[in-house]
Amino acid sequence: MEGFMKIQDILKERIMIIDGAMGTMIQRHTLTEEDFRGERFKNHAHPLKGNNDILSITRPDIIRDIHRLYFEAGADIIETNTFSGTTIAQADYHLEDAVYDINYESARIARAVADEFTAREPHKPRFVAGAMGPTNKTASLSPDVNNPGFRAITFDELVVAFKEQAKGLIDGGVDLLLLETIIDTLNVKAALFGIQELFDEIGRELPIMVSGTITDASGRTLSGQTTEAFLVSVSHVPLLSIGLNCALGASALRPYLQVLKEQAPFFVSAYPNAGLPNEFGQYDQSADEMGAQVEEFLKEGLVNILGGCCGTTPDHIHRIAEIAKKYTPRQVAETELV
Amino acid sequence: MNYRLKLSGLEAVEITPNSNFVNIGERTNVTGSAKFLKLIKEDKFEEALEVALDQVRGGAQVIDVNMDEGMLDAQAAMVRYLNLMASEPEIARIPVMVDSSKWDVIEAGLKCLQGKGIVNSISLKSGEEEFIRQAKLVKRYGAAVVVMAFDEQGQADTYERRISICQRAYDIMVNVVKFPPQDIIFDPNIFPVATGIEEHRNYAIDFFNATRWIRENLPGAHVSGGVSNVSFSFRGNQKVREAMHSVFLYHAIRHGMDMGIVNPTMLEVYDQIDKELLERVEDVLLNRRDDATERLLEFAETVKGAAKKKEQDDEWRKGTVEERLTHALVKGIIDFIDHDTEEARQKYGRPLFVIEGPLMAGMNVVGDLFGAGKMFLPQVVKSARVMKKSVAYLTPYLEEEKRLNGTTQQSAARVLMATVKGDVHDIGKNIVGVVLACNNYEVVDLGVMVPSEKILEAARREKVDVIGLSGLITPSLDEMVHVAREMQREKMDLPLLIGGATTSRIHTAVKIDPVYDGPVVHVLDASRSVPVASELISTSTRASFQQKMKDEYAKLRVDHESRKQTKSYITLEEARKNPVKIDWSATQYATPKFTGRKELIAYPLDEIRPYIDWTPFFQTWMLAGRYPGIFQDTVVGTEAKKLYDDANKMLDEIIRDKSLQANGVLAFFPAVNTGDDIDLFQAQGDTAPFATFHFLRQQNKKAQGLPNFCLSDFVSPERGKDYFGMFAVTTGLGLEKLVDRYKAEQDDYSEIMAKALADRLAEAFAELLHEKVRKEYWGYAQDEKLTNEDLIEEKYKGIRPAPGYPACPDHTEKRLLFDILQAEPVGIQLTESYAMYPAAAVSGFYFAHPDSKYFGLGKIEKDQVTEYARRKNMPVEEIERWLSPNLSYDL
Repeated sequence: MEGFMKIQDILKERIMIIDGAMGTMIQRHTLTEEDFRGERFKNHAHPLKGNNDILSITRPDIIRDIHRLYFEAGADIIETNTFSGTTIAQADYHLEDAVYDINYESARIARAVADEFTAREPHKPRFVAGAMGPTNKTASLSPDVNNPGFRAITFDELVVAFKEQAKGLIDGGVDLLLLETIIDTLNVKAALFGIQELFDEIGRELPIMVSGTITDASGRTLSGQTTEAFLVSVSHVPLLSIGLNCALGASALRPYLQVLKEQAPFFVSAYPNAGLPNEFGQYDQSADEMGAQVEEFLKEGLVNILGGCCGTTPDHIHRIAEIAKKYTPRQVAETELV
Repeated sequence: MNYRLKLSGLEAVEITPNSNFVNIGERTNVTGSAKFLKLIKEDKFEEALEVALDQVRGGAQVIDVNMDEGMLDAQAAMVRYLNLMASEPEIARIPVMVDSSKWDVIEAGLKCLQGKGIVNSISLKSGEEEFIRQAKLVKRYGAAVVVMAFDEQGQADTYERRISICQRAYDIMVNVVKFPPQDIIFDPNIFPVATGIEEHRNYAIDFFNATRWIRENLPGAHVSGGVSNVSFSFRGNQKVREAMHSVFLYHAIRHGMDMGIVNPTMLEVYDQIDKELLERVEDVLLNRRDDATERLLEFAETVKGAAKKKEQDDEWRKGTVEERLTHALVKGIIDFIDHDTEEARQKYGRPLFVIEGPLMAGMNVVGDLFGAGKMFLPQVVKSARVMKKSVAYLTPYLEEEKRLNGTTQQSAARVLMATVKGDVHDIGKNIVGVVLACNNYEVVDLGVMVPSEKILEAARREKVDVIGLSGLITPSLDEMVHVAREMQREKMDLPLLIGGATTSRIHTAVKIDPVYDGPVVHVLDASRSVPVASELISTSTRASFQQKMKDEYAKLRVDHESRKQTKSYITLEEARKNPVKIDWSATQYATPKFTGRKELIAYPLDEIRPYIDWTPFFQTWMLAGRYPGIFQDTVVGTEAKKLYDDANKMLDEIIRDKSLQANGVLAFFPAVNTGDDIDLFQAQGDTAPFATFHFLRQQNKKAQGLPNFCLSDFVSPERGKDYFGMFAVTTGLGLEKLVDRYKAEQDDYSEIMAKALADRLAEAFAELLHEKVRKEYWGYAQDEKLTNEDLIEEKYKGIRPAPGYPACPDHTEKRLLFDILQAEPVGIQLTESYAMYPAAAVSGFYFAHPDSKYFGLGKIEKDQVTEYARRKNMPVEEIERWLSPNLSYDL
């Protein structure tokens, strides 16, 4: 609860900055299958290249450096390298058994770097958010168009998977839990259910951030909800923040952030992509361009937490942090906060 | 404080102090809707989605789902249905109320909701510990909750008990569970009033006061309830019940009730309640006088007896119980049937003896009178209703007897009835079902759009004695042949009855009889179904009857063969040289007010009503004669008038309650005739057509001066001049709901009536729209002045033929018609056989030229079929299948 009070106090004072893309930064290194396998998974029967989360175990040096670069760029909060750290997502690599270690090690790496920076600049404490991605299965959508009642995953399976991930992250020392890139609200409801069970079991609570993804100009999540319906569906938990990330660039995200600004009884976060990908799948919006778009959020007082998703780099975060200094955060009515 | 209940499906709903009463849809509840239960039991989950859809379209803001039924795996059914609902965005839009008395069903349901729903319900019934556990879980799953005023001692039935339980529950929820108070919805129990029991007198007033107390003393909490309970003692008396619901809601809402389960079709408008009735209902609800119940009962009797007051003939009540039962059956009097049935049950000792004894004797009288033409279909249907009610009364005793003896008896012969795959029409089938039931046949009705495998499977499982197939559209003929073939393949020998508007003796003889060795009989109408069925079932007559029919059909086939050869046809090429000759240079073209499509949504029914053509309505009920002369008919006049009055009464209700919705869409496009086809253009002057309709040309040899018609002849071959129109209308939206209500009441008469009226309204809507087209939208006959009789006699200029009907019998053209019209979003679907659904629908083309006229295509030759198939880019065999009744040759 100590961390909760602390970050909440800072959020009332100023806009906090969360880091940028992890994947984009990893891609800067030319990594081979061997890098991904390391010693521990040398003899694993299936290819592991592309399983970024495993690098926390096999190439912790790279992950540590990326965290450092983001803190140096001005981030207050960094995300652990655990976007796919559930048994459900790791099943693609047959690494279900490594899930606890992935989360635990990722959290420890981030914790150490954050403590290092906080020690250096005690007036600007740094935080670690345990990143929890959506998994690659959806609980309220059927993957089979001919069988709309079918579900590839159940609520109960998701509860177990997210709970296990959260346990590894908390044991490894994260300050917050961040459920991000939510495409199906039922998945995140299962995650919240599992996390609350875990809190009961360990006898303490961490602040939770929830960040959904509006898929396209329809203004809906992949599972069909409007921003407002999404907010209503997760408001039963006393969240630290609710927000949006991924899929869209900053300017496309603005109308949906306005909804959250008006309605949310929590702090509001936003970390958009660096525009939309070009024909090669790369994001080429510059730090200045993105900064200019993000400044619109700030002028309107839409957010409390700001950062970047796909395609963003320490340069982007640096630019965003510089601009954010000039503005005050969104005001949350005292009584609305649970 | 921001105490506002927020809910979500795909969209968010906020209940504010300014929100109107929140209406919770209740038809997706197996305990409340017989139709829904049937669909779920039959595993028709996809079809059952329609029930939810109807609710949403009908304005429900929250949808209640309940699967609590002894024979169902409620948990599995809940999960499956909720998952399917989630796949239908129009339904998933609104929040779900997960309704069950079993906690594990509720929990399974909550695991399927991505939005924030409502749990219905939890209570202190099993003590605080369990209550707290459940409330905590509801909170963790992220739902609001209905809390019943129920504790360890039972359900609260006084003001004091209601408020003390609600207070206690609230305190636990808010202080212990930390449940958001705005997410608590109390149900302080709506109980029946006017039961005659002294303690019940204050039930309504206690509910009102408890509601006000909750709203004033338990901040944030809401109040809900199931309204129809209040009028339970007036079951069967719709008028009183509707008034009671409305008055109850009026007061409850003023006291602070802000949500509820209300069947909108069972609600009178408060201001329109008869003043005397209003006063008496309020006396009861507000417990204003000691004799309130008696006075309301008195009034209820007058309402119920109103139509029968004239007879004032209670003499028959003095007869023996057998005489009374017969009288009730023949006259269709339902009021005393439970009483008389009970008396007979006591007298005869066993329930089965009542059915086989006095009830069958009474129905035999009905059957004889009907057979002799002394009773008419509407009366028979009413008789059936009385019979059903009596049997329903006896059923629990029969079950009990079966349970005690461990025996099962199959009493009557069983007839399976089904409208075949692809077809949705069932009025005729239902009538036959009723008539058969009246004659002691047990009818197994599989409904509409039934595939052959289902028919065969059910026939075997239910051990039926006869199979009856029904259909109205031409593709159904083929489907019937298919069913007969399947029966042959599976070596069945059950008698097969064929009926329905499109069927005929000759088709049955030529196409169906040869493929099936068992008995096949075409049944012309409902009155013929009983003698045919009895001959086929009786072991003594079956063989000779079958032989007689086989011989008859064989002879028909021979006749058919020889007649066919005498007809002479001309080639398509020759026929094309003899089209309708129109002098296009002298034609005055009219330009429609708009091109493209135009929707008419929820068109006022009272404007449609005057356009009804009543003659076919009487035909549906097998009363022969033209309207209005039929009322003077010495044989059927009286019955026709009664039927007409009942129909108008129901129409009044339908219009008042808006229980049916009339939707339509029409479109006009620039068009040019390219031979036998019509090309359509988005704009006059376009060079490339965006669509082409294909038509067929008559090929029989014509007398001098008579053309070989083709519909395309009525459109100008000159580019940039002429237009072509099309339309589709329905008045069947809401019909299922209406029919369900009657089904639940086992009221076949009203059910058939509702369907027949919906059909008539659809035709009337098409007539009205055609007039608007002539006078306004296309405006080619602006000064037309015709009476309804003139319209019925088609005295207007221009025509509106429909695909699948004589001038253009190819149903497949309907697909293009519907695509261009985008009729599906308006509410009209096409089945795989191109039947329109809802069945109360009409579609067609508009031709404006004054020379255009209706005609029948007749038979066509192979040369045209081959060329037509090529034009439509379809295999010849497929076209032959669709056009089989129109082929001059055998396949």
